[in-house]
Amino acid sequence: MTLLIEQTLNGVQLGLLMFLLAAGLTLVFGIMDLVNLAHGSLYMFGAYFCATFTGWTDSFVLGALLALPASLLLGVFVEILVVRRLYRRDHLDHVLATFGLLLIANDLVRLVWGPDGRRIPLPAWLNQPIFLTPDLPYPTYRFAVILVGAAVALFLYWLVARTRTGMWIRAGASNRTMIGALGVNIEALFTLVFGIGAVLAGLAGLMAAPIVTVSIGMGDNILILAFVIIVIGGIGSIKGAFIAAMIVGMIDTLGRAMLPDLLKSFLSVAAANTAAPALSSMMIYLLMAGVLVWRPTGLFGARG
Amino acid sequence: MKSRLFASAALLGMLAAPAWAQQSIKIGFISTFSGPQASIGQDMRRSVELAVEHLGGKMAGKPVEVIFEDDQFKPEVGKQKSEKLVQQDKVSFVGGYIWSNVLLASLKTVTEDGDTILISSNAGPHQIAGELCHPNFFSTSWQNDQTPSAMGQYVQNKGVKRIYLASANYAAGKDMLSGFKRTFKGEIVGEDLTKWPDQLDFSAEMSKMRSVKPDGVFVFFPGAHGVQFLSQYAQTGLKATIPLYTAFVIDALSLPQLKDLALGVPGAQSWVNDLPNEQNKRYVADFRKKHGTYPSFYGAQSYDTIMLIASAVEGLKGDVSNKDKLRAELMKANFKSVRGDFKFNANHFPIQNFYIQETVKDSDGNFTLKTVGVAMKDAKDAYYEKCKMK
Repeated sequence: MTLLIEQTLNGVQLGLLMFLLAAGLTLVFGIMDLVNLAHGSLYMFGAYFCATFTGWTDSFVLGALLALPASLLLGVFVEILVVRRLYRRDHLDHVLATFGLLLIANDLVRLVWGPDGRRIPLPAWLNQPIFLTPDLPYPTYRFAVILVGAAVALFLYWLVARTRTGMWIRAGASNRTMIGALGVNIEALFTLVFGIGAVLAGLAGLMAAPIVTVSIGMGDNILILAFVIIVIGGIGSIKGAFIAAMIVGMIDTLGRAMLPDLLKSFLSVAAANTAAPALSSMMIYLLMAGVLVWRPTGLFGARG
Repeated sequence: MKSRLFASAALLGMLAAPAWAQQSIKIGFISTFSGPQASIGQDMRRSVELAVEHLGGKMAGKPVEVIFEDDQFKPEVGKQKSEKLVQQDKVSFVGGYIWSNVLLASLKTVTEDGDTILISSNAGPHQIAGELCHPNFFSTSWQNDQTPSAMGQYVQNKGVKRIYLASANYAAGKDMLSGFKRTFKGEIVGEDLTKWPDQLDFSAEMSKMRSVKPDGVFVFFPGAHGVQFLSQYAQTGLKATIPLYTAFVIDALSLPQLKDLALGVPGAQSWVNDLPNEQNKRYVADFRKKHGTYPSFYGAQSYDTIMLIASAVEGLKGDVSNKDKLRAELMKANFKSVRGDFKFNANHFPIQNFYIQETVKDSDGNFTLKTVGVAMKDAKDAYYEKCKMK
């Protein structure tokens, strides 16, 4: 029973981390109609910023707090310098240009920080388990990730559903031309949205960093997962991204946790050991295929 | 990532003997020079360059040219780069190869060429030691099963009864588990193969480890993945409660990141930086002088690759055109390896010792590895009898 609770927490933690990354991606994709392959690079930069600032200040918390505005500045800078020129072009140009950005980002990081990865040392109070019940220890840091992730998710919900800016964002996601015609400053709105996306990606990167360490290209693989999530959730929908991220986090974790034992109950041990890792890494893609058949616009697609 | 190494000595050679200089000894070297595992490639490259420097830039009076190619950590790119080295650059030797899956993909391209000898500086998938063995393939590393076998023996001798295994799900990761099981006779209470190379978060596996309460955990996660595993192992509090045994997790490249996390976690290796022979002392000292860090076993094996080639070229007085003679000369392994005595088995894999290593602090406060015992002496791999060398 404690194992199940622990694995559920693991799934929630992974899901929340994925949500932060996917939320920015789905906003940018949904509102600006921009396919941003360099979103994973913003994730990577968040982690590297945090590593550097943690080195300077000797405190992970301070390093993380400094890395957030740095990610915002980077996002705004990239938007004004490059991304702004892409809105009027088609998706193929987006993919080409942002893939170029991704390659440049990886080489830039190698130039500045070197090819070696970095491990961000956690302060002692985060680097040990806490006991949620007497026989359920859980890594304090992962628990903190859950709390921060949940807080950010609530804040985003409030921002999008309860504020005027949120209303523009929602309007932009469902009908871009109309919101421009109504006199909303689209240019500023887009810069803002891209900046928010960058901060969310940076936050996800810096929170993942103490767990998976900081390395070049760390955002490239996870970006694929983020795309899967926004496709499942429906492009442009924050709520969809949240629910899809939770489902993907759970399926991924529980698949890794339970599938080998499940398969062993009706397959030979050797066959189960071969099939389980293959099957568990396939499951989220099967889910995506299923959702696409059943609901081509995703679970909560903003545009029909 | 393409560059040529014409040591300045080679230029001097050209001035002195223009007729000879036209015929250089060409060596291709495949490794990973980009992405998260690039630090391994860098260490191997530095060791190759140091070996060429120690040779004065020459083998049998001929200048040495090394062409480095980046496999980008991908089997298909590795194969493509191997093709380029063999067909376009027409190298006589291809060395390197960190990853078993890259080596398996590239194997035939190099060995079936007829004019090229492949010398693996790291990867040792069981197929090549057994049924896929080839006269044109040599190894200056080990067969994948051997290092975990050494660790399995160590764990067995310690009297550990119940063990949990976790490994990366690719060619080498599976060899590691079969190697461990060959010598460990206790109960295996759990076994995980994780998605390679994407999976960096091991929370689900660690929760399972905690719940079955084994006496020990054995893992294989090379390069950057090892750092991630060990950091998380400490964060979950497992490091303090369940002893960890490793193969290819703790090395000179991961130690600067792991630091005190690596203390008390043993590993196995066929080369450790403190092996007491003259050539090893020279290699480690010169490497440290040049780069300020300890070399890793990846580097040591690459250094040996170049020294093995040099011994054969010297033995044939610089004429490598007759491949039968070249193979016979390589087989002699007439060189001073940084791991001491070195000889080849019938399948062209080394017969060698495996050591248990532990992390210590050196006199300057750097973390480094120390040999604490011999796990296996003059070990042959488990597949050489399956090798029918043509």
